[in-house]
Amino acid sequence: MARVHLWASLRRFAEGQEVVEVDAATVGQMLDALERAHPGLGPAIKAGLSVAVDGEVIANNRSAPVKPDSEVFLLQRLKGG
Amino acid sequence: MSKIHVSTTVNGDPVEFLADPRETLLDALRNQLDLTGTKEGCGTGDCGACSVTVDGTLVCSCLMLAAEANGKRVETIEGMAREELHPLQRKFIEHAALQCGYCTPGILVAAKALLERNPDPTDTEVRYWLAGNLCRCTGYDKIIRAVQDAAAEMRQDHRGAA
Amino acid sequence: MARDDVKTGYKLIGTRPNRPDGLDKVTGRARYGADFSLPGMLHAAVVRSPHAHARIVKIDASKALALDGVKAVVTRADLPTGLTGEDLNLQDNTLAGDTALYDGHAVAAVAASSALLAQDAARLIEVTYEVLPHVTDVDAAMAPGAPVIREGVADYSVPEGMHGNVARYMEFGHGDVEAGFAAADIVRAQTYKTEATHQGYIEPHACVGQMGEDGRGEMWVCTQGHWYIRRMCAAVLGIEAANLRVTPSEIGGGFGGKTTIFMEPLSLALSKKAGGRPVKLVMSRSEVLRATGPTASASMDVKLGMKTDGTITAGQVYFRMQGGAFRGMSPIGEALPCAFACYDIPALKHEAVEVIANRPKAAAYRAPGSPMAAFAVESLVDEMCRELKLDPIEVRLKNGATNGSKSSYGPVYNVIGLKETLEAAQAHPNYAIPLGPNQGRGVASGFWFNHGGETSVTLAVGEDGTATVMIGTPDIGGSRASIGLMVAETLGIPYENVRVNVVETGALGVNEPTHGSRATFASGKAAVEAARQAIAEMCRRAAADWGIDADAVEWKDGAAHPAGPNAGKFPPMTIGEIGAKMGSTGGPISGHHEVTAEGVGASFGTHVVDVEVDPETGRTTVLRYLVVQDAGTAIHPAYVEGQYQGGAAQGIGWALNEEYVYGADGRLQNPVFLDYRIPVASDLPMIDTVIIEVPNPGHPYGVRGVGETGITPPLPAVASAIAGATGARIRSLPCSPPKVLAAIKAART
Ligand code: FES
Ligand code: FES
Repeated sequence: MARVHLWASLRRFAEGQEVVEVDAATVGQMLDALERAHPGLGPAIKAGLSVAVDGEVIANNRSAPVKPDSEVFLLQRLKGG
Repeated sequence: MSKIHVSTTVNGDPVEFLADPRETLLDALRNQLDLTGTKEGCGTGDCGACSVTVDGTLVCSCLMLAAEANGKRVETIEGMAREELHPLQRKFIEHAALQCGYCTPGILVAAKALLERNPDPTDTEVRYWLAGNLCRCTGYDKIIRAVQDAAAEMRQDHRGAA
Repeated sequence: MARDDVKTGYKLIGTRPNRPDGLDKVTGRARYGADFSLPGMLHAAVVRSPHAHARIVKIDASKALALDGVKAVVTRADLPTGLTGEDLNLQDNTLAGDTALYDGHAVAAVAASSALLAQDAARLIEVTYEVLPHVTDVDAAMAPGAPVIREGVADYSVPEGMHGNVARYMEFGHGDVEAGFAAADIVRAQTYKTEATHQGYIEPHACVGQMGEDGRGEMWVCTQGHWYIRRMCAAVLGIEAANLRVTPSEIGGGFGGKTTIFMEPLSLALSKKAGGRPVKLVMSRSEVLRATGPTASASMDVKLGMKTDGTITAGQVYFRMQGGAFRGMSPIGEALPCAFACYDIPALKHEAVEVIANRPKAAAYRAPGSPMAAFAVESLVDEMCRELKLDPIEVRLKNGATNGSKSSYGPVYNVIGLKETLEAAQAHPNYAIPLGPNQGRGVASGFWFNHGGETSVTLAVGEDGTATVMIGTPDIGGSRASIGLMVAETLGIPYENVRVNVVETGALGVNEPTHGSRATFASGKAAVEAARQAIAEMCRRAAADWGIDADAVEWKDGAAHPAGPNAGKFPPMTIGEIGAKMGSTGGPISGHHEVTAEGVGASFGTHVVDVEVDPETGRTTVLRYLVVQDAGTAIHPAYVEGQYQGGAAQGIGWALNEEYVYGADGRLQNPVFLDYRIPVASDLPMIDTVIIEVPNPGHPYGVRGVGETGITPPLPAVASAIAGATGARIRSLPCSPPKVLAAIKAART
């Protein structure tokens, strides 16, 4: 299962867990599974998230692969000037 | 309010139009004469985007009423290139002295007026002369270089011609 | 910079040809937002709130409408209801609802047969206000007792018990911060403040909008992103996006401030009410400053632990930012990850709150959030370097992020050039110039993520073998030239044979704006892919003509060549020959690529500035300035340098002069360029640049975005140089002469 790291202020929506394990083959599946398991994360996910999968930033691609042993970090969706 | 009949010369062409007494020369150039090369950045005389010359004097056209141009000779960016580009125009392109290009017409008009008075300015003189022309994109570095390169070329040509 | 993995031998990339739009821009022919006109066009003016916070009791437009030539007035009652989220924010900002939320908030708009008449009519629209308590300062807005300016502004992230003006909260980090501080030789904590600044583009917002009764419309507008304009106008007006066609004009600067809408929907709403006549709306400078795009103001606590050898053991930040009276506008989500992005520190804690205040709805400004974060963190790093008598570049090299280090915000950096920028700055002659009395030197590094984003590009081969490229990212600073260079390099044809056009919303799929330093990266990447697709098709056409397998054809120097066993059997077929007969070989040849571009390369830079401070007046003169930044690959180096210099100049302005000044009445005190003072030519020296090239593996030619990072280091670098010159540390920008003078006096006593 991929290990998804939540930033600190998200943890209270996942019973205080810092790392949530999710069964997912893509970023999209991972986000959907997260929201199913922890509905409180819904607003954050809907507000737009980027992720880093095994160190690589995936700004906005639901089909990017996630491996069973992937380390995933959730990031705020970034914008620029 | 009744309008004022204005008859003037713009870039060598005689023009006539009716101006609202409150209308600026900038607005008249842009809206009545379709000379939209002269830009408005502030309307208060602070940015120089609207620079033109009137009887050879550099002015902010946003601070001058259209009616005041009656009987005067107005030169705008559209009149700067004759058969070919003015050296300043060419050097601005070559030196990448413009990014968005919005300040460019005003800066070119102002720089031309400078070189007519002072063909061999120091960098500091160029910087102070252009201090009324805001550019937000370039940090001025390439603008100063382009003006100096154009000045050098114009001095060369002048010597060549003499 | 010599590196093994740098691909060299480009024919065109790295050269400095004239930009294709240069001629139009030096002759006054280029058409910007306000330069567009249509037959039958009306002009509009906007009525704005003179109050920072007021209930709108009544709007009476009868006197205005009674004037001959006045055609339409629009108020909030003319806009649809039921919007939510950011769409509602956009609508609330376009025209105030029940409440005006800041000085300059639009309340009504009027269209008339001339601009002067529209302004007269606007003055005749009578608005009755009931003034409400206001707050404009970031810290004051969350102090106990501050008026809650909008109920229910907090989103899911805000924990119980915070002030009612707090809209968002964020926290993240890694490692054991307390243990890190315990391991340090010195631990220092300071608070830093930055005032709001404006992007300060010289071209005010302008548009011409036309919309008929059927809700179909067109718009010509100066914008960084016309699909954003389309989507936002459609949302605010309740129309379908496909019914609005938006054409971008040339754009006179944006810097993030033209990635959103302000008054654009008003021109469409007025046009519809005026029987479909087109309506031009051009902002004045004071409207621009009062009601558009400033950046956030910030108040920031930083704590750092350092060993005497300069090793940073732990860091902690708590940022408070206000981005106006609307949730989601301050860049806390960018500022936090930027704070320590230049460092590899074992223990970090980041925390931030966004608070709302009675100020205009902030917009993105060049590397949103990063300059403020850098001011706080890089200033404290400098303070500690001076205390421990350590070289600031050495300390950054010791603690700096490098290839493979885990970033402060989670991902691992793959290939980055921070170290190279530090080494180049250290080796630069400017770093060795001896300083005189009252002179000081400041160093700081900066970071920006860079951005890919939604991108759609089409390339069409002409009958004469030239190429036309259609892109959707407006060209603000020479991107047509850089994209043209990449396409010409890929096709193997002269630069002059490629024309790059910025096209309207009807011509391509959705494109994000020119923002996030993405135009040359993402549109460039897509344009190269489109060119490769066209090349594949041209190889197929040649192969079919020759009767050989398409795989046995290779493309080089602008022509198809038979390859492998067929090599030399046929003379090469040039793009011109293929184009000339494409009608009879299968039809037009084009390439198209669309993608949400990933693979951006993180951007780092290091700046060194020398200043001299007049001890009598507190006035700071910038003596010399050096920007070193990694461009990945500099496609058109002159425009890369231009981005570095322009970013530095904006950062210097933020550091020394620029600030939003609000009076006790909540009104903006300096809404003109005379008082909101951006750097002028005589304020600045030449700005030296060094382009580092550590190619980005995520781009076919190694490009990293270069637009944004440059505004980041100047804030701390200038303040640190002033500290070096005077011994007085300014922790609240701008370093204006009175503030510097007071600090010098305080430091002496
Ligand atoms: S528009 Fe005239 S000086 Fe700015
Ligand atoms: S080039 Fe944009 S303002 Fe000067």
